[in-house]
Amino acid sequence: MANFMLNGKPMSADVEADTPLLWVIRDELNMTGTKFGCGIGTCGACTVHVGGRATRSCITPVSSVEGTEITTIEGLSENGDHPLQISWQKLQVPQCGYCQSGQIMQAAALLKDIPNPTDADIDAVMGGNLCRCMTYVRIRSAIHEAANAIKENKNEQTA
Amino acid sequence: MLKRTVYGVCGAAILGLGLFSLYASNPSIDPVTLPVKTDFSPQMIEQGKVLAAAGYCDTCHTQPGGKPYAGNYEMHTEFGTIYTSNITPDLETGIGSWSQAAFNRAMRIGVSRDGHHLLPAFPYEHFNKMTDEDIQAIYAYIMTSIPAVTQEKKDNGIPFPLNVRSLQAGWKLLFADDEPFQRNDKKSEQWNRGAYLAEGITHCGACHTPRNALGGEQYHKMYQGAAIDGWIAPSLTVTSTSPIAWRSQDFYEYLTTGNSPYHGSAAGPMAPVMHKGLSALEEADIRALSVYFADFAGTTDISKPDANDHLKVAFAAQHQQPDQRLNQGARLYATACQACHYSSDQLVKGRPLITLDSSTHLDEPTNLINVILDGVRSDQGISGIVMPGFRDALSDADISAIAAYLREEAGADAWPKLQQKVADVRKQPRFQH
Repeated sequence: MANFMLNGKPMSADVEADTPLLWVIRDELNMTGTKFGCGIGTCGACTVHVGGRATRSCITPVSSVEGTEITTIEGLSENGDHPLQISWQKLQVPQCGYCQSGQIMQAAALLKDIPNPTDADIDAVMGGNLCRCMTYVRIRSAIHEAANAIKENKNEQTA
Repeated sequence: MLKRTVYGVCGAAILGLGLFSLYASNPSIDPVTLPVKTDFSPQMIEQGKVLAAAGYCDTCHTQPGGKPYAGNYEMHTEFGTIYTSNITPDLETGIGSWSQAAFNRAMRIGVSRDGHHLLPAFPYEHFNKMTDEDIQAIYAYIMTSIPAVTQEKKDNGIPFPLNVRSLQAGWKLLFADDEPFQRNDKKSEQWNRGAYLAEGITHCGACHTPRNALGGEQYHKMYQGAAIDGWIAPSLTVTSTSPIAWRSQDFYEYLTTGNSPYHGSAAGPMAPVMHKGLSALEEADIRALSVYFADFAGTTDISKPDANDHLKVAFAAQHQQPDQRLNQGARLYATACQACHYSSDQLVKGRPLITLDSSTHLDEPTNLINVILDGVRSDQGISGIVMPGFRDALSDADISAIAAYLREEAGADAWPKLQQKVADVRKQPRFQH
């Protein structure tokens, strides 16, 4: 039996210890925003947050995440208004959209640690999130846009 | 003449064997009825609980998924497989009939209640450094607070003649340190407290001190690192290969949070040591351990790691990567690792720079390979965050390419036969706990 918090709610699933977290989230808990891509942790489509850190759920056994707090794209913000979600819409980032929940989750973790990322920082951290539609240029712009929005928001709060 | 010599040699051998048997034999200590809570003060039981945690009794005496302290944890040693004893207060299969004297004797000289010698996988040499009062407290805790479990110990897989228990007396004579704890009056009170804990209950040397061919700790190489349970327990001394020396505040941060940003995370067998064991100790005791080990590492609190050249090299290496089209290791690292293992120009806890990590700088790639294969669970390293495992995702060639790339970026000599090493580590029994 696996137990953890998913998007703020306690969850438990009766699964084998080595079941990948991705399948528990999608098939047992029916949250399908997180996608299956390569299955070997090298494309980023399955990215969720475990303890606030971007984690490839397709190669993370559920036994590893016992007692943790997990956030999926469904739980990133209450009303879909995380600065990244706003900038993503504003710049029309997605094309087919399949990789985008992983991209946004990875970008959200990036901005927490590196609030003013350079292009090189974005390339380094986002390099493991593949997009076969090649929306990379817009992904990068949307991350800068969100970083600026977060900064302005902070400035307004302190002003 | 010949006859006389033969008789003489045989006679001496028989006499020697006889004397040895006499030396090797220990009396059985009579069974007693199980003590009850009122036999001890609540403070003593509480103190025993802390010490039992700090001695990792639970880690070695509980099998994965099994009842606490009921034994049969499988230990893989170079001499064969050992199954640990049931130390619950069960009267038949545990230690419920052991008197305080029998328990003290086991803790101090490694002899069971019935008189047979215990194997040195049980670190009695270290427990012997403890005060009577501390050993009594552990007895009080186990006897009154651990639920009795009836579970027979499995037979060890140790081949003849190593399984002859009386030979352990010879081993003890040759290798065992039977000295009580020695204070060092030239050192501070805090250092001495750290020494008492490290050499005694927390038995750090049991893993971190190299052993000789027959498994005896080599005291002249105290804490200089050794292989254990399919991992490497790194050197804690000036012989450490870590590019940035450990200061007392680094040890403290590592032992309280599971990670030192300059050195890496508590993974493998060190994870339960830190999370389940040392976390029971008071803050002052962790500080004392940190001061003690910083002395072995030869650092002072004012050493400034930020000015360390290795740190600058590690940051710079992140921005000067080889062509990913040509370097398979760099390419795999960028796709599989760098999303987390990149921290721009300042260290961020939870974004470990692997080019600084102790695992990248050890003479053996074992720890790095172990972590790539099986990741880091939420109860290992920093609590609540995880690293996925690439065991079923990456081939031996892939993992060795990543490890070789990191080793090169770290500026260390290439590991020989790396891919074979990955295959070997993949096959070894996985550390369970």
